[in-house]
Amino acid sequence: MEVHPEAGKEGKVEKPSCALVELQGDSSLQVEISDAVSERDKVKFTVQTKSCLPHFAQTEFSVVRQHEEFIWLHDAYVENEEYAGLIIPPAPPRPDFEASREKLQKLGEGDSSVTREEFAKMKQELEAEYLAIFKKTVAMHEVFLQRLAAHPTLRRDHNFFVFLEYGQDLSVRGKNRKELLGGFLRNIVKSADEALITGMSGLKEVDDFFEHERTFLLEYHTRIRDACLRADRVMRSHKCLADDYIPISAALSSLGTQEVNQLRTSFLKLAELFERLRKLEGRVASDEDLKLSDMLRYYMRDSQAAKDLLYRRLRALADYENANKALDKARTRNREVRPAESHQQLCCQRFERLSDSAKQELMDFKSRRVSSFRKNLIELAELELKHAKASTLILRNTLVALKGEP
Amino acid sequence: WMAAEREPPPLGDGKSTDFEELEDGDDLFTSTVSTLESSPSSPEPASLPAEDISANSNGPKPTEVVLDDDREDLFAEATEEVSLDSPEREPILSSEPSPAVTPVTPTTLIAPRIESKSMSAPVIFDRSREEIEEEANGDIFDIEIGVSDPEKVGDGMNAYMAYRVTTKTSLSMFSKSEFSVKRRFSDFLGLHSKLASKYLHIGYIVPPAPEKSIVGMTKVKVGKEDSSSTEFVEKRRAALERYLQRTVKHPTLLQDPDLRQFLESSELPRAVNTQALSGAGILRMVNKAADAVNKMTIKMNESDAWFEEKQQQFENLDQQLRKLHASVEALVCHRKELSANTAAFAKSAAMLGNSEDHTALSRALSQLAEVEEKIDQLHQEQAFADFYMFSELLSDYIRLIAAVKGVFDHRMKCWQKWEDAQITLLKKREAEAKIMIANKPDKIQQAKNEIREWEAKVQQGERDFEQISKTIRKEVGRFEKERVKDFKTVIIKYLESLVQTQQQLIKYWEAFLPEAKAIA
Repeated sequence: MEVHPEAGKEGKVEKPSCALVELQGDSSLQVEISDAVSERDKVKFTVQTKSCLPHFAQTEFSVVRQHEEFIWLHDAYVENEEYAGLIIPPAPPRPDFEASREKLQKLGEGDSSVTREEFAKMKQELEAEYLAIFKKTVAMHEVFLQRLAAHPTLRRDHNFFVFLEYGQDLSVRGKNRKELLGGFLRNIVKSADEALITGMSGLKEVDDFFEHERTFLLEYHTRIRDACLRADRVMRSHKCLADDYIPISAALSSLGTQEVNQLRTSFLKLAELFERLRKLEGRVASDEDLKLSDMLRYYMRDSQAAKDLLYRRLRALADYENANKALDKARTRNREVRPAESHQQLCCQRFERLSDSAKQELMDFKSRRVSSFRKNLIELAELELKHAKASTLILRNTLVALKGEP
Repeated sequence: WMAAEREPPPLGDGKSTDFEELEDGDDLFTSTVSTLESSPSSPEPASLPAEDISANSNGPKPTEVVLDDDREDLFAEATEEVSLDSPEREPILSSEPSPAVTPVTPTTLIAPRIESKSMSAPVIFDRSREEIEEEANGDIFDIEIGVSDPEKVGDGMNAYMAYRVTTKTSLSMFSKSEFSVKRRFSDFLGLHSKLASKYLHIGYIVPPAPEKSIVGMTKVKVGKEDSSSTEFVEKRRAALERYLQRTVKHPTLLQDPDLRQFLESSELPRAVNTQALSGAGILRMVNKAADAVNKMTIKMNESDAWFEEKQQQFENLDQQLRKLHASVEALVCHRKELSANTAAFAKSAAMLGNSEDHTALSRALSQLAEVEEKIDQLHQEQAFADFYMFSELLSDYIRLIAAVKGVFDHRMKCWQKWEDAQITLLKKREAEAKIMIANKPDKIQQAKNEIREWEAKVQQGERDFEQISKTIRKEVGRFEKERVKDFKTVIIKYLESLVQTQQQLIKYWEAFLPEAKAIA
């Protein structure tokens, strides 16, 4: 039993209003995912570009991309020395419908104690869940591209143009093995980085700003990760609660139809009430998901990207220090001073370049984060209020109806 | 089943020996009731408690009691019917002088409204003056029971919980208008067992006592002062209170001397063998009886469609209530999880707020953490309401319906007994005919005696069957009325709790919104 949100059926995919990143893009390069199709084990995104930039052959064009191609693009940026001083927008997570698919399958296998009505509702809920996951993965992939398009430096990357324009597929799928290997290597590098960043390597930080950022980001990243996990659990509990109302409503309905006394109307009204409460509770769950969990998750990834930037800068600092030591040694020995000097110069320049752009990037990160939290927290509070007021209304109406009966 | 099974007290077994034992030296009006086998209720639906009390208190010494015309009949029946053998039945002897019985006159029953303080679990049985006056059949019950102050007595595995049972009443059958006693759980079981053994088999729906719980009690005994054992004690306290409230609401049971003694006496002899006496034990007994009845494949000629209809209705109701109860239990569980998860999130939001270096955002996050903490409390309270109002109501009624099914089954057994008597009578007549033919004059007299004996039994059987049928009709009517009222009251209270929660949520989020907007 599978749900395939088909392009044909849906037309344009509605995206959740993604207030994850406030982007100051200009109109010279607009990128969006205009469509998406979910097939058995992959999702195909239609990436549409509108641009008046001279580089492109047309002003408006689309290509179809899969998740691996996004990863290829992300890795290309990460491996590019030119961008070492920038925060590379975090890669979108792999589309994962496993859990949802399993649940739909289990439902299909059937539980005879469930009435037809209950079954229909549960199926509806699971399909909605599937659709929500789908919409989210589209949003994640889209925001990745949009951040690239909005960044003055990153948007000019050659690979980015290829990604947007090249009509054929990029043949990066075989990269799976490389991805795995890459991941393994990345972990080794990471522990070396961790040593650097936690100050265990003995590297001396010269700049107060970066010292502060280092301690801040280390702690922040851990805590936002925790908050994200726990927000997920809250959201899932709300969802569970909403689902619980389904059998309750069904049982009340049965009770009502069986009764011959005044309880009949009471039970039937209650059944209706629980059905409506269920929908509201479901909306609370999905709003918390979007406004809170998703936001926390995004900034967890973004703060990791910021940490990566700090690692790179510290590595550059380490290189610079080593170059200094080498130069001193060369000078004392009075051998190969020139090459040592030029090497030291290069390291110094690189380090300073990285530091300058990193500073700007980190400040951008902060303002991005603050405005995003602000928007989402406001929207969260407003939605919670809206749902609580709606719940109160239907509860009060039911109470009036029940009390009014003889 | 591990509990010692008690055989359902067989009707009409002439165990006159028991009867005699009790006669010796018992000077309490609240004798153990062997005589109460006979239907205590008078035929009039609008029976005044007055008659019932006096009837019930008839011990072996009728002269002590103020008599009424009806009494002769009851006596006649009392000598023939004997009670229940209850091996655990101990003579209730106490050093107190037996309280005099005061006949109750209708005027004393009209009483002012008594305020009841709500205790930890919601008090379901608030009675307003309107409700009291609305009692359709004219009975006015002005009595409120509270169970409170659980107190651990003793140590180790012999420890037990003692509960305070407070009665507030203006009924003059009680010597005071407000009084309290200390009772332990097995006392409640003992009370139920006595009432069940007296009234169940003649068609009265006796409210079942709360379930025993070995795990729960052991935790309490070994002194685990954690939240689960306090929860267990509170759950039990509330259940005991509801149990007593339901019992005293029953006009016939209210008159029972054992009930009165339970409420009033400062000392109560310990009920032994409470495994068999537990509510679950009684119900098992009832259910076993039901099974036995079914297995006997009683092809009862149901002349009265009402009974068949009602039985089916109760069967359906039982099924649906069980389903609903299971779903509500899941709701309670998930709401508790939500509460725990919200609390955990609140902590991590606070930590995040501490880390955040943008001042305004940091403050907003701390505020968010506070809001979530308050919301966690809300969820906990709501889970509490989910359970004590909704879930416990359902489980109470599931067990009440088992008692209802039990009385229907007793009626069938009663019918069977009558049927058997008729068959035996027929056999005796045939035997007599044979003797007449064989002309054995010495055997004829005996045969004739036996025929007379069985004719009387057939008559009695018919009377019993009619009586139990009548009682059940009345009981079911009363039960259904109570059920409607009960459910409506609780549903309304439950919905009000849901409204409360939502309103608090509104308050909290409204307070938070400006904080979020203040992030600059």
